[in-house]
Amino acid sequence: MDSYGDLIAADDVLLFVNAAITSTGQREFHSDAGEQRLSLDFLHAYMLGNYRDLYAGVLALDINDHNAALIIRRLLETTGDATADQRRSEGRLIASRLATLPPQRVYGLFDALRRAGVNNRRTRAIIRDWLSARPDLAFDAVKYRSGLKRALRHAHLSPATEELGTFLFVPLTRKHYATPLLETWRRAHYEQAALYELPYTAAEGFAAKHGIPRNVFLERIAPRMTRLETLRLQDSAHKIGTTGIQADLARMPLTRLATYVLSLPVQDRLHRRAELTHALESAAGRVAGSHRGSWGKVTAVLDDSFSSFGSVHKRHRPLAVSLACHYLLGALADNYTGLWTSGRTDALLTYPYGPTPVGRRILDALDTTPSRLVIVSDGWDNAPPGLAAEVLRIWRTRLDPERHTSIVHLNPVYDAADFDVRRLSAAVPTAGIRDAEDLPALVELAQFAEGRTGLAELITYMDTRAARMNSGHHQERAR
Amino acid sequence: MTTLDLTGLATRPSQVWGAVRLVPLVRDEPVNDLRLHPQLYDDAVGLVEVDPRHAYVSYIPHGFVATWTGDGTPAAAYGTQLSADGNSPPRATMSLRFHRRMARRQAKDRLRFLPMHLALEGYLALHFGGPSLAWEEWSQRAIRQGLSPRVEEAYVGAEVRGLADALRVFEIHPNQCGVMVYVADALAAAFAVPHPDDYRALHPTLLQDLYGELIHHYATLMAPVQDFRARIADTHIRSLAHLRTAVAEQERAWGHFHDTTMAGGLLDHAYTWQSVYQMGGFTLSRFLPEFRPKQDSHIGEAITDGRGRIAYLKTFRLSESQVRRGHLLSRLAANDWHIADTAADLGIHEAQLGLRLESAGFGFLLRQDVLDRYRKQKRTRSR
Repeated sequence: MDSYGDLIAADDVLLFVNAAITSTGQREFHSDAGEQRLSLDFLHAYMLGNYRDLYAGVLALDINDHNAALIIRRLLETTGDATADQRRSEGRLIASRLATLPPQRVYGLFDALRRAGVNNRRTRAIIRDWLSARPDLAFDAVKYRSGLKRALRHAHLSPATEELGTFLFVPLTRKHYATPLLETWRRAHYEQAALYELPYTAAEGFAAKHGIPRNVFLERIAPRMTRLETLRLQDSAHKIGTTGIQADLARMPLTRLATYVLSLPVQDRLHRRAELTHALESAAGRVAGSHRGSWGKVTAVLDDSFSSFGSVHKRHRPLAVSLACHYLLGALADNYTGLWTSGRTDALLTYPYGPTPVGRRILDALDTTPSRLVIVSDGWDNAPPGLAAEVLRIWRTRLDPERHTSIVHLNPVYDAADFDVRRLSAAVPTAGIRDAEDLPALVELAQFAEGRTGLAELITYMDTRAARMNSGHHQERAR
Repeated sequence: MTTLDLTGLATRPSQVWGAVRLVPLVRDEPVNDLRLHPQLYDDAVGLVEVDPRHAYVSYIPHGFVATWTGDGTPAAAYGTQLSADGNSPPRATMSLRFHRRMARRQAKDRLRFLPMHLALEGYLALHFGGPSLAWEEWSQRAIRQGLSPRVEEAYVGAEVRGLADALRVFEIHPNQCGVMVYVADALAAAFAVPHPDDYRALHPTLLQDLYGELIHHYATLMAPVQDFRARIADTHIRSLAHLRTAVAEQERAWGHFHDTTMAGGLLDHAYTWQSVYQMGGFTLSRFLPEFRPKQDSHIGEAITDGRGRIAYLKTFRLSESQVRRGHLLSRLAANDWHIADTAADLGIHEAQLGLRLESAGFGFLLRQDVLDRYRKQKRTRSR
């Protein structure tokens, strides 16, 4: 039997995990960026102060990159408070998490550490190890030049080669570089043809410098773009008459793809229905992997009310998560029904509109007698308010006390005022969600949120996740 | 003297943000033959789709300014107006003279004249032109000019704390054609339009409407109001079908509660109606309450169709002092503006009534010597 303290600790950790999954300190539909950041800061300070081990352990879960960077930063800032054992385990967690973070975030993090004056031995070692593990430092030097430069300077490291040092600190003093990429960069200053061999972001500056027309530039740089750059630019490229940029949608990660679909006007989605549906389905199939078709009869209630618009900073994010979940659940289940709160039935044409009658829609969902009910909503229920809670409560206590139907509520929005994601009902577990890809893991995590398992199980769970991450078997991070 | 009837507009569950509660009003079938004047949409084309086989009447909500006059200078509609075809300019406009900085904004070709001011003054002036009989107490000014021009104080919606956020996070219902705005659960305004598209266009303008000082104070001082959360007694529920019935009952109960209790202050009172225009089966009228002190009093204007159903509605909640002034004036008008008769009607002395008129801001209506006499009488009596 867990003591009160353990129960509270388990609760606090889950609360923090929910926040760390959903909040990015940006503006949301119901709260602005300032409230989000303040609320998140408090949670980080609270966790670090009370449960340092668990706080570090959260790095192994599917929290978002923003919070991962914040946790690493706070751990490094407070190195002095940690015991030798803690430092060892934290060090492993930090190193494995840094390896999965996008490089621009890591350079940003190093820069934040520099500005905060955090320069202890552990920090320097971590920067050193991360840099030595980079596959191609010359590429980093071209693409993230100032980031790399400041990281080296801050950690008192000498560049791997003398040439790299010259490139970073006095780049144009050399007549020739032996490294091909660095040489290309030097030539790009004088020669237009050379810039097309650089990474897109670096080339863009040179294109402006040489006054190359945008459509010519985009046409020729297309092969050098990353997946996401292609996806981001293809529509604006089409508008200026460049057809060379063609994103391979079928290879895009699921939630990213859903965001892209929602960014298209409804007319375009109608024209490209076959292509988009195929892309979404194959992305969902990849995520489902070996679990495909193993979830039985699943019904989902998906929120497409006006508030699922998110905010101008996270445009359509909540709706994109719903849409991605729709396709993912379709792949996971062998019999799937998706119900949108607005009552519309064509998932591909969805857009944020109208109120949130979640209660009514849950009733419709329960009518299909599912074995699993998944609700994706921001927790606001206003037509009428509180109805979803009542329906769920009565279902749990009166109509299905043996729990034949498992119900889980996934919430993509952090509620700054409550320090947690908003719950629909106490009778149903709620977990934060950021990427639909994490859905299977979150449904696993949600059982803890129901309060039926205690701290011991939670710690075991986090340890296995940490072990999995440290051994390098973490899931492919499809961001 | 009839009450306001919201038949055809169904109440949906309220949405709460801070001290503001917004209650959506939904139409099953929108009114298609009365639409907003398309000229208001100069920048956003395509909202008004006119079916060539159907004639439609358009209305121009007061408080909008567009380039209506022949020479392109902006003009404001004087109260809401009806017109049969989209091109004819409204009949009564008030030309506006802007200061240099304001005039620059004309470049966008569409200006919004801020407050409901015009309409508000219009309402009061229309009904209280001044003494209709020249009793000796009234000053020359009162007889020649009446009460006009009058100035009433009110607050722009942007000044009402929390209203902007409430309107931003409000989720508009499908087919929504209106809204009731409550601040600290006091009805601030009711607003209804014929068609959902009109409502979508005008939803943000609620922020630029006028609200009485009472509403402003409530918004500033009040704590957040409670949601009316659904409550279902679970003892008798045996199946999903039962649950569904209970849910429907909850929704019905809310609508009933709202219409009879929350909106009672607006819907239960009788109003004096004055029809202003009639066109294509639609009647534009303005209404005034009975001005009973210490009770909700709303003034407003409405367009009704042939069957008397509301197509357009806009109300303004008067502040307590406005109600008192309205009360005084309506009593005066009922007694043919005879001071002594009115005083007897109210059960007070003539001098007391005179001083009440003065403290209500109507001192200029009385002749100076009469007013002085009243003051003297009061002094002698209080001694």
